[in-house]
Amino acid sequence: MTLEETKKATYTIPVGPIHPALKEPIRLALSVDGEEIVDVDIFAGQVHRGIEWLGMNRNNPIQSIYLAERICGICNICHPFSFVMAVEHATGITPPARAEYIRTIIAEMERIHSHLLWAGVAAHEIGFDTVFYLAWRVREEIMDLIEYVTGNRVTKAMFQIGGVRRDITEEQFPRIRQSLDYYKSLFGQLKRVFLDDRTIRMRTKNVGILKREDALKLLTVGPTARASGVPKDVRQDQPYGAYADLDIKAMTPDMVTGTIVGDVYDRIIVRLLEVKQAIEIIEQCLEKMPPGPILAQPKIALLLKTLTQAEGEGIGRAEAPRGEVIHYVRLEAGQSTLATWKVRAPTYVNLMAVPTILKGMQIADVPITFASIDPCMSCTNRTVVTDRATGRKSVVDCEELHRLSVEKTKELPR
Amino acid sequence: MERLTPQAIIDSFGKELGDGFVGGSVYECEVAVKKNKFRSLWVEVKKSAFRDAVEHICHLQEYPHLAIISSSDLGAEVELIYHFTIYYGRHLEELSLGLRVKLPKSDLKIPTITDFIPGALFTERETQEMMGVEVVGIPDKRRLFLPEDFPEGAYPWRKDEKGPPNDMLRVLPGREPK
Repeated sequence: MTLEETKKATYTIPVGPIHPALKEPIRLALSVDGEEIVDVDIFAGQVHRGIEWLGMNRNNPIQSIYLAERICGICNICHPFSFVMAVEHATGITPPARAEYIRTIIAEMERIHSHLLWAGVAAHEIGFDTVFYLAWRVREEIMDLIEYVTGNRVTKAMFQIGGVRRDITEEQFPRIRQSLDYYKSLFGQLKRVFLDDRTIRMRTKNVGILKREDALKLLTVGPTARASGVPKDVRQDQPYGAYADLDIKAMTPDMVTGTIVGDVYDRIIVRLLEVKQAIEIIEQCLEKMPPGPILAQPKIALLLKTLTQAEGEGIGRAEAPRGEVIHYVRLEAGQSTLATWKVRAPTYVNLMAVPTILKGMQIADVPITFASIDPCMSCTNRTVVTDRATGRKSVVDCEELHRLSVEKTKELPR
Repeated sequence: MERLTPQAIIDSFGKELGDGFVGGSVYECEVAVKKNKFRSLWVEVKKSAFRDAVEHICHLQEYPHLAIISSSDLGAEVELIYHFTIYYGRHLEELSLGLRVKLPKSDLKIPTITDFIPGALFTERETQEMMGVEVVGIPDKRRLFLPEDFPEGAYPWRKDEKGPPNDMLRVLPGREPK
């Protein structure tokens, strides 16, 4: 139904560019009829930093690894992972097998921390702050582990073209296993909290449904696609890293419930299952990790020379916590920068599905529904509500929209 | 649907498109300990055969996944690569397929594929604003990322005189302007 067809007065509610359900700025224009959303338009670009341009005009490829790492604060493994793979495919450099295993371990640690972070945010969006505190408390363990292994909590600087920069040694294994055991002991409790709690079920079941066909047509990736029953996972589908040696299976909600609805609840299930899967993958990697060097070319100056002389193109694809990340790289001989660099993050395609997901929903469901695709964009604090009939504008701030969502939880029949 | 080998896929493009098919290659490399192969396919077609090629991909895979369109300024022409993935959903069977089409700078136009793949809209809008390639028949002509006050006729990814104007570029301390 378009605006013109609506007989009743329709409001347009711009959500963002700054908003609590978004971790990065984006603007959604919601056309609402009463409480119901009839149309959604998306305006992106508020944080376009021209990173690809810098890689094509200013930085050499090795510098671009660290720039790729800073594309996103949460998934700062998958971007350098895809980037170095793309450069390796373009130049024919093969990383040693041990480096592939270390890359995979770090990538799975990132998945655990990202999914737990999301679980907390999602609980906060429906006003269930106890669970938010619980999830983020539990997340601290993996952050400590990441710091122990890489030396940093956020930007880990582990990646190098043709390998990794730091080894994971035998002495570190017991500490890693200790954290994994901690999560394994907690998993039952987390599952009970997120899947069996009445409030969470009522706020997430049959909310924000994305049908399988729409998920395919709109090219969604990651948990958003898998929750709709598309078993698409780069780790399963295409060999890269140590995943090529393991038997990975894409997680879909029917493994728990037996059916696929494609709602917010299903997206919670997929992410929970993936936390468990990530723990198993790390354990297998620790077991099977082959000995050997961690870099194909340890001398940076020589590596840089190879890269400057190289000619070719390649793509690198990695499964980020939010879905497939793809980097395309083209190198030209004699050029110190990349000739072409194209990055596609998972939210880029998942955003296409937002209008479909939000249509027919209520305003109070916007925070949890939008958060359910785990959009990698930033945090907000006000919304302008325009009354189309009178042209009157009023400002609904972050607290107001959040209050609406909390109230809806409170009003649920007990 | 029957799954073809990488080489058979490239041959099928030649058969399907005839003169419109320029060439194709398969890239393979071994990964980790078990040496499973990462495979990507590269197919180049003429602009006139472009939509037929996309239709052919839709026959190879129901709902092919279009990851992104990358574009390179090659001087006299602009190269677009449509990065598809097909045969997803099964263990290690997925193939990446780059569909390459070159456009002369005198005629920077490419037909839309949103009728085949509705989700292609964002990347077509981005290609249009960043590279200055007109996507003919695109359902939504607006910019995607660039702000409204960005000058008309300037395209950030171009490397010729239509690139971003010099006064928009900040030169870092200690560096020479390009």
